[in-house]
Amino acid sequence: MNLPVFDDGAPLLRASGVTRYYGTRIGCTDVSFELWPGEVLAVVGESGSGKTTLLNCLSTRLVPTSGVVEYRMRDGAMRDLFQLNEAERRLLMRTDWGFVHQNPADGLRMTVSAGANVGERLMAVGARNYGAIRGEAESWLDKVEIDTGRIDDDPRGFSGGMRQRLQIARNLVTGPRLIFMDEPTGGLDVSVQARLLDLLRQLVGEFGLSAVVVTHDLAVARLLSHRMIVMRGGNVIETGLTDQVLDDPRAPYTQLLVSSILQV
Amino acid sequence: MTATSETWSYNFAYLDEQTKRMIRRAILKAIAIPGYQVPFASREMPMPYGWGTGGVQVTASILGPDDVLKVIDQGSDDTTNAVAIRGFFEKTAGVATTTATEEASVIQTRHRIPETPLSETQVLVYQVPIPEPMRYLEPREAETRKMHALQEYGLMHVKLYEDIARHGHIATTYAYPVKVSGRYVMDPSPTPKFDNPKMDNSPALQLFGAGREKRIYAVPPFTQVTSLDFEDHPFAVQTFEEPCALCAAEGVFLDEVVLDDRGGRMFVCSDTNHCEERRAAGHRGRLSGDPTKTEDASQGERP
Repeated sequence: MNLPVFDDGAPLLRASGVTRYYGTRIGCTDVSFELWPGEVLAVVGESGSGKTTLLNCLSTRLVPTSGVVEYRMRDGAMRDLFQLNEAERRLLMRTDWGFVHQNPADGLRMTVSAGANVGERLMAVGARNYGAIRGEAESWLDKVEIDTGRIDDDPRGFSGGMRQRLQIARNLVTGPRLIFMDEPTGGLDVSVQARLLDLLRQLVGEFGLSAVVVTHDLAVARLLSHRMIVMRGGNVIETGLTDQVLDDPRAPYTQLLVSSILQV
Repeated sequence: MTATSETWSYNFAYLDEQTKRMIRRAILKAIAIPGYQVPFASREMPMPYGWGTGGVQVTASILGPDDVLKVIDQGSDDTTNAVAIRGFFEKTAGVATTTATEEASVIQTRHRIPETPLSETQVLVYQVPIPEPMRYLEPREAETRKMHALQEYGLMHVKLYEDIARHGHIATTYAYPVKVSGRYVMDPSPTPKFDNPKMDNSPALQLFGAGREKRIYAVPPFTQVTSLDFEDHPFAVQTFEEPCALCAAEGVFLDEVVLDDRGGRMFVCSDTNHCEERRAAGHRGRLSGDPTKTEDASQGERP
């Protein structure tokens, strides 16, 4: 998905001074960063540090109190997301973006089959050929390692790991350029986590996706991301290359965070 | 008390004039935006929700003293709902009623569009239980309204996709979603999909009233109504293997009637008026009770 417009080295997403208050309480304050095409950015921190608030502000699910979020559209123009009209924003969300929820039930339609879940975005952008939609759904189930024989089963009969993989397939089917992930491995056991991370790494590499991954699990950040942001109490306290931050943490809080990883 | 004095104890057609005015405004707006669900302040009617309170309010608002009213329920003029609503307007509006489709100027219906083609001088009023076609896939009303506004109708095809995945064909046989005038997706109320093609370019005005859900929508005369489908699974109506057992009509919607506990059954016209007219014109079906055909003949045909 490396379009020529990116040869000029322009960022895909730019956040400038994003701040969100819940009444007088702080959600996140003054977050600025740039995300480049093909780059995976991890946002780490403890519970309540404002990670999810930031992610929701970036993905237009929440309106920031102040600050600007800009996105490079497919025509190469940088647009302020909150200046777009609702139709444009919703179109963006279901074609050019993906959102992987922590709880797959939030991102899937639990009462319709796996095939329809994957096909929904295609039908939303105008696909009207049943055979073609089904073929595409099958190929995506295969890519995320779900047995294609389960295409007509609904996700209620799927395990947690399968649901999460189905959610990823459903998001990637329209060939998005940017994926938001909120704790994608939360609630999965370690072997399933490892498989999912493997798969995500492979898909991100294969399709040149950019991603913003929110996680409290530093191992996930280490495996998936190129760069990371450490947050605490709504503030960004450290940013940098993932390896740099994890191997040589500068801020005392990051040092504490890194040293709290359990060693087996 | 005479019938006349009884009529005077109600305003014409039961509803007060201000309410009728409010409903007529909603109807005009609905006609102006074909297929769009217009909210209205639905009133309590002297019948339970689900019995046609929406249809009755629409009928009451458009009825004039010279109108001739026909009420059908499942195609039939003589079932409880049809008889009760017809009686209601005879009593409260004193209008003439009929069972003959071509004589009626206003036809209130639950489920069916009459087999006799409608004309430009007629209005068809539907009783609608659930006006929102996407209700069972998207429970949030705020969200479905937004989807209508932005024309995001991918979800409707998810429903049809599910049908094909489960049954091998589109198994939705009633309340089959349609797109009106290339814009709004509409639930044609629980009419069988057999009647969907009759909605397309109909010369009669079609009004839909949902009392409990407080919505009115409309299809103006000569408006395009397209049933949704897939390129490789096109829309098709039901077909029946045998003609009507009473009037031998083909190409009409038939009801199955179980005759005994040994597998005996008959298929008869769902539109009773159409069936009666055909029999009066001399058409005879397999079980029409023709004196030349005795019970033995029908016994012989049973499986």
